[in-house]
Amino acid sequence: MATLTIAHLFAGYNSRAVLHDVSLTLNAGEVVALVGPNGAGKSTLIRAVSGVVAASRGEVMLDGVNVLQASPVERAKTIAVVPQMIHLPEAFTVGEIVLMGRTPHLPFWAGESKHDCEVAWSAMKRTQIESLVERRVSDLSGGEQQRVVIARALAQEPKALLFDEPTAHLDLKYQIDVLELARSLAKEGGLAILMTMHDLNQAAVYADRVALMQNGEIVAQGSAREVFTAEQLSSVYDVRVAVSEHPAHGTPLIAPIANGQ
Amino acid sequence: MARPLNIVHAADTPLALVLRRWRVYALFSVGFGALVVAIILGVAVGAIAIPPIAVIELVISRLFALPRPAIYPDTFDTILFQIRLPRVALTALIGAALAASGSTYQGLFRNPLADPYLVGVASGAGLGATLAMAFNLHTTPLGLNAVPVAAFVGAVGTVSLVVLSAQVGRTTPVSTMLLAGVAIGAFATALTTFLMLRSPDGLRRAFNWMLGGYNGGGWAPFFVVLPYLVVGLIVLQLNARALNVLQLDEEQARQLGLHVERLKITLVTASTLITAAAVAFGGLVGFVGLVVPHMLRLLGAHDYRHLIPLSALGGAAFLIFADLLARTLLAPTELPVGVVTALIGAPFFVILLRRLKRSVF
Repeated sequence: MATLTIAHLFAGYNSRAVLHDVSLTLNAGEVVALVGPNGAGKSTLIRAVSGVVAASRGEVMLDGVNVLQASPVERAKTIAVVPQMIHLPEAFTVGEIVLMGRTPHLPFWAGESKHDCEVAWSAMKRTQIESLVERRVSDLSGGEQQRVVIARALAQEPKALLFDEPTAHLDLKYQIDVLELARSLAKEGGLAILMTMHDLNQAAVYADRVALMQNGEIVAQGSAREVFTAEQLSSVYDVRVAVSEHPAHGTPLIAPIANGQ
Repeated sequence: MARPLNIVHAADTPLALVLRRWRVYALFSVGFGALVVAIILGVAVGAIAIPPIAVIELVISRLFALPRPAIYPDTFDTILFQIRLPRVALTALIGAALAASGSTYQGLFRNPLADPYLVGVASGAGLGATLAMAFNLHTTPLGLNAVPVAAFVGAVGTVSLVVLSAQVGRTTPVSTMLLAGVAIGAFATALTTFLMLRSPDGLRRAFNWMLGGYNGGGWAPFFVVLPYLVVGLIVLQLNARALNVLQLDEEQARQLGLHVERLKITLVTASTLITAAAVAFGGLVGFVGLVVPHMLRLLGAHDYRHLIPLSALGGAAFLIFADLLARTLLAPTELPVGVVTALIGAPFFVILLRRLKRSVF
């Protein structure tokens, strides 16, 4: 079982420390939601694990290898990221963008082989964007662009997939689509998936476990039922909330309470 | 199996079919055809016109050591092989260098306005050339004319200074590189102006060099520039797929395993060397590095594996035509070729932009 283990991680930007002693374990086939207020360090954790923010202490182990000490190429073969702000060069086609996912598997000077095309094509099938292959990315909707980026991440053939707010800027249908897709990638594809989320109710429904962050630390982790209590959420988010039960799933259903009511 | 030189595998998976772009092959054919026509016209037209058929026959007989066609006068040989062909060949290299490094800089800085002179090549070359003239240097130890050598050294030195001063920790952010380029470029230009004003004769000669480059010298300049262009183009081509990935943005490129810092330095080094070699002999020819790559993008070449070699082909053909016009429009007076490239390039570019409104960058 491929397991991603983040152990005692400290990281930040230019001596401004953001993450303090973060430890979190993801098992293969598991979706873990990372929740918490803005500025809690969720995105920084994703960036530190993917090597774009330098960690000052701690380690990130994947299959017994410390990926923080691995070269960028080796890290990109095992960890893929679906970023929050999707920036794609407008002139390129969907097929070309997905093939860029093969970058870590190719020497820098080499072109894509037949095998690379096959891997990228099956990633496109997995995300159901085959019919878009010749389209320019500038012609796509936000939801379609996100699928393109997910397909690109799958083309890396990673063991762990990190999503930074995959549902931001999407309408409800696309939000549910991307969460269902992420869940099936974990369950059927055996990927370990970590996603930062703002919608606690969706996190409760779609994640196997949740981790609650505040001020660069993980203050609670476990099942949504254990972590999403009214007291815990009220203290971390500084708003009063009522926690009830999801009518269909039985997971916690969180509703904020307006002041003065 | 990995394919050398970034050649895309043409196996019949749906994605490979996407990559096998007939439009790109058509562009390569047209570009190559335009270059051949440009070369033939470039050597045929002049004060003494040589019929194109004579050009072809004389060149082929010389190339393959065949008996020379006797119907043509001997003066044709002199004009062809000692005057016009060296000039056209050098012009081709300069156009190829400027357009290839222009397209690279537009990708590296992710800025459609980037041109080959962005990070100090022009101001550095200008300063180098002016210094050589101010100190009355004529030849260097290797027997080369001092002006192009000094221009080359000035260009490479200025870009190195820009890159070094733009470093933040272990990274070289492109925005810092741009700003350092502006500041150091302005400094070098001010020094150049100061030197020019101190020697009236140097002023005229320096202006001549900037506008029209260094003329004469037979085949020597061609063979000096050629190795820089060949090596530089190979390096750019080998890094062209990585340059595609860099179009995402630096963070995504890193997360895809790219050595972004190494790539940036490699691309700046290769582009600078070929641009500096071109500028040393060609002067500061504007617009080639801007118009040619954008024209090709509008025609559908956005993948840098195609765009860089196509730019080299297109830039060579474009500059030969521009040079031909510069020689003939007001003959016997020669216009600076940079005037012609801007006069043709700018309006053509604006028309293209207006006709094709969708973003191509």
